[in-house]
Amino acid sequence: MRHISVTCEQREAMLRAVGCESVEELFADIPRDARFDRELAIEGGLAEMELVAHVRGLAGANTPAGGMVSFAGAGCYDHYVPAIVDHVLRKPEFFTAYTPYQPEVSQGTLQAMYEYQSMMALLTGMDVSNASLYDGATALVEAAMMAVRITRRRQVVCAGTVHPEWQSTLLTYAAAGNFDVAFVPSRGGAVAFDSEDVTSVLREGATAALLVSSPNVLGNVEDVQRAASLAHETGALLVVAANPLLLAVMASPGDQGADIVVGEGQPLGNAMSFGGPGFGFFACREEYLRHVPGRLVGRTVDMDGNPAFVLTLSTREQHIRREKATSNICSNQALCALAAAVYLSAVGRDGLAATARACIAKAHYLREALLATGRFRAPWDSAFAHEFGLIYDGDVTAMRDALFAQGFLAGVPLSMLGPLDRTGIDPGVADSIVLFAVTEKRSRAEIDEFAARVAAL
Amino acid sequence: MTGQPRHAERGVRRGPRELIFEMGSPESRCVEPPALDVPEVDLAEALGGAVREEPVALPRVTEVQIARHYAHLASMNFGVDSGSYPLGSCTMKYNPRVNEDAARLEGFAGLHPYQPLESVQGALEMMAGLAEALAEVSGLPGVTLQPAAGAHGELTALMCIRAYHAERGAVRSRVLIPDTAHGTNPATVAMCGYDVTTVRSDAAGGVDVVALREALDADVAAVMLTNPNTLGLFDENILEVTRLVHAAGALAYCDGANLNAVMGISRPGGIGFDALHINLHKTFSTPHGGGGPGAGPVCVSAELAPYLPGPIPVRVPDGTFRFENPARSIGRVRSFYGNVGVLVRAYAYVRALGGAGLREVSEQAVLSANYLKERLRTHYDLPYDKTCMHEFVLSGSRQKREYGVRTLDIAKRLLDFGFHPPTVYFPLIVEEALMIEPTETESLAELDRFVDAMVAIAEEAAAEPEVPKGAPYTTPVRRLDEAGAARNPDLRYRPEV
Repeated sequence: MRHISVTCEQREAMLRAVGCESVEELFADIPRDARFDRELAIEGGLAEMELVAHVRGLAGANTPAGGMVSFAGAGCYDHYVPAIVDHVLRKPEFFTAYTPYQPEVSQGTLQAMYEYQSMMALLTGMDVSNASLYDGATALVEAAMMAVRITRRRQVVCAGTVHPEWQSTLLTYAAAGNFDVAFVPSRGGAVAFDSEDVTSVLREGATAALLVSSPNVLGNVEDVQRAASLAHETGALLVVAANPLLLAVMASPGDQGADIVVGEGQPLGNAMSFGGPGFGFFACREEYLRHVPGRLVGRTVDMDGNPAFVLTLSTREQHIRREKATSNICSNQALCALAAAVYLSAVGRDGLAATARACIAKAHYLREALLATGRFRAPWDSAFAHEFGLIYDGDVTAMRDALFAQGFLAGVPLSMLGPLDRTGIDPGVADSIVLFAVTEKRSRAEIDEFAARVAAL
Repeated sequence: MTGQPRHAERGVRRGPRELIFEMGSPESRCVEPPALDVPEVDLAEALGGAVREEPVALPRVTEVQIARHYAHLASMNFGVDSGSYPLGSCTMKYNPRVNEDAARLEGFAGLHPYQPLESVQGALEMMAGLAEALAEVSGLPGVTLQPAAGAHGELTALMCIRAYHAERGAVRSRVLIPDTAHGTNPATVAMCGYDVTTVRSDAAGGVDVVALREALDADVAAVMLTNPNTLGLFDENILEVTRLVHAAGALAYCDGANLNAVMGISRPGGIGFDALHINLHKTFSTPHGGGGPGAGPVCVSAELAPYLPGPIPVRVPDGTFRFENPARSIGRVRSFYGNVGVLVRAYAYVRALGGAGLREVSEQAVLSANYLKERLRTHYDLPYDKTCMHEFVLSGSRQKREYGVRTLDIAKRLLDFGFHPPTVYFPLIVEEALMIEPTETESLAELDRFVDAMVAIAEEAAAEPEVPKGAPYTTPVRRLDEAGAARNPDLRYRPEV
């Protein structure tokens, strides 16, 4: 039997040891009517060689963007992953371990997570980071709920330029009854923080948090500093969702006044993998430490005085505090966070900044090249980093399909992201907007070729 | 035989060395992007002034330094490959390597979530196939693969239940949970805006039906049960329990953490449960990753299926696959479609075993647990002396009472014998609890070695109690100052300016 080491003979001996004649007797406590009375109708029993052929067949039925000239982003980015990253992840001592509840035999995971927390704190400009949450969307929700707990207010105000899928996630959690959400539309590709859009919903004494992503889902840079002062004037916390790779060159949200910084960590050394698993990062100011959701690793000493690491402040967590916990989260995305830590060491201080600069420069280069084709026009004139939106003058789907057949993934149509009614984008053009993201993987030759193919359509 | 150290070994420890931040030099490099082949942009101009003044103080190291660093860290870790890991309710079974390779195939790992549907048909087929298998195992037809972990699945299911009641105009504010429940259950209830009412267990370890009946009224939205429960017992009254729940207009939710005991033997959907989450990182062999990523798909009844989060991969009659949003969906519970890389691993596991193989998994898991229970029962207290499912709970109260050796000491001493300890001090209703789940993948020799170690520790507790009390002796570090860690939190390295 696959993955069962007990032999038939041993099985009989074990049955005798427990005083049973058959395996059936072990299930005698299950009432007859609670028994399942047929075999599970699930295909299987493939030999490993057959299994490999089968899953390769399924994988082969896909055309992965990772092997194409891809300009797709919108929350999931095609960055280069250094070889060393997966070699570390494949170490069984890391990937076959459980949550490090027994610190004496988990120092590897614990130290790696401490280093991860340190790196995320540096990138975000925050005092502390947790050891990861599920993804960017749920990290944003956890930040909103933490702000609700801290301020004892129940309204959160969310920029309409946050990814629509994250908005949907926020609304799902809000519907469970613990908080309300109001949205702020965008003008010209970003939120106009000094307009009535914001001041009409951000209410003194009522708003727990202002949630802003920068770059936003359109790739544009938001005025985080202004958002911070507006939020703080009403006693609300500012939550900023950031792209961790771009933080190498962008002003840290901490320096701009954010109280909590979250985001999707996938760009740091994780495969796209159809959108998961990546990880959510979560960092905040020290004063909110005891409200943080999820695991935290701390440095301490053992009984001999040797340095050591341990899960700490666990009285925040569900296994101790139960219904009074800061979150219900138990499993997180530790191995994906480990990938990020290895990635950040591999590219290092200079490589991460160079990578971010390359993404930004190439995105600006592509935008000029696409505008020069005459097939696109700009929906807004806003500062952006490595992703931008353009209005296509024809059928977006037809354009995308034609270029896909030629080996190019021509960005992401904005309409694929979900409902756009809260973004504030003119519905008349929203369906014609395509988001293009450019990473360091794209060469000038590929970008030139792509623009030429677009022009030739 | 154990052949393991009985006393302190004083040698050079393999404990933590320097941090990665403390290695390398300003010139050290590992991987850098190619030279820029487009014009540089002025960052301040491009980003509207929002630029960083000082570089982020990340490490500067070479690849060999990284390789050695993580090799050293790995050497301080204990995983399933290192030895038996009988952590109750965590199902630390072997993680088949072919599944790791499957998830890394470029045809899965290289997919972007917004590719054209025609280019991801294999991924959707895999997801739909996994969902169909989970529906068959659970006996519940509606499946979402979106939740990232068990607790996320619990929350998703409870949100569906909330929406179900809301649509029927019912205002129900409470959720009942037995006193044996995992901590995630009450935490989930609170996150879903409900109040928790705890229901006690009866003498046999199941839900106390009298207490349940008293607690059930028109204000109860749902009952969350783990079955088999955290004592490792299949609730003999389960049919009566779910009947009572439904009679009160509430729904029955099953925490599937312990599904490894009953695949092909009893289906949650067949015994009255309306919803179930499944931990793929437990029952379906995907690795725990040192804490994640896992996946917590939710299976629900036909009545609850319209409320599931979308999008859901579905097989259409023409043989292709597409995503659909359920009619009255609660909305998303995360971005994209789920931890797809984890789903690939679970899918491969299902196809390797098939329906018959999954049942054999449960049979062996249950037999192995009963075997350990029988061999250990005279050495430790066994508060619930019944045939167990895939796990059972011992109590170290005798050792504590007679020798002052606590369950924590027993757990730490097991580390010296080369075992990961069981889950300890849980469930909360058992004093000095040791919750043991061997899983089906342990060999008889490993099971016997674990018994030998547990017996040796019980004997040590009587003869030389100071030995377990001082354990562990052979691990990279010894017991930690956890109170100090919480009192003066040091949660990050701070670079010298």
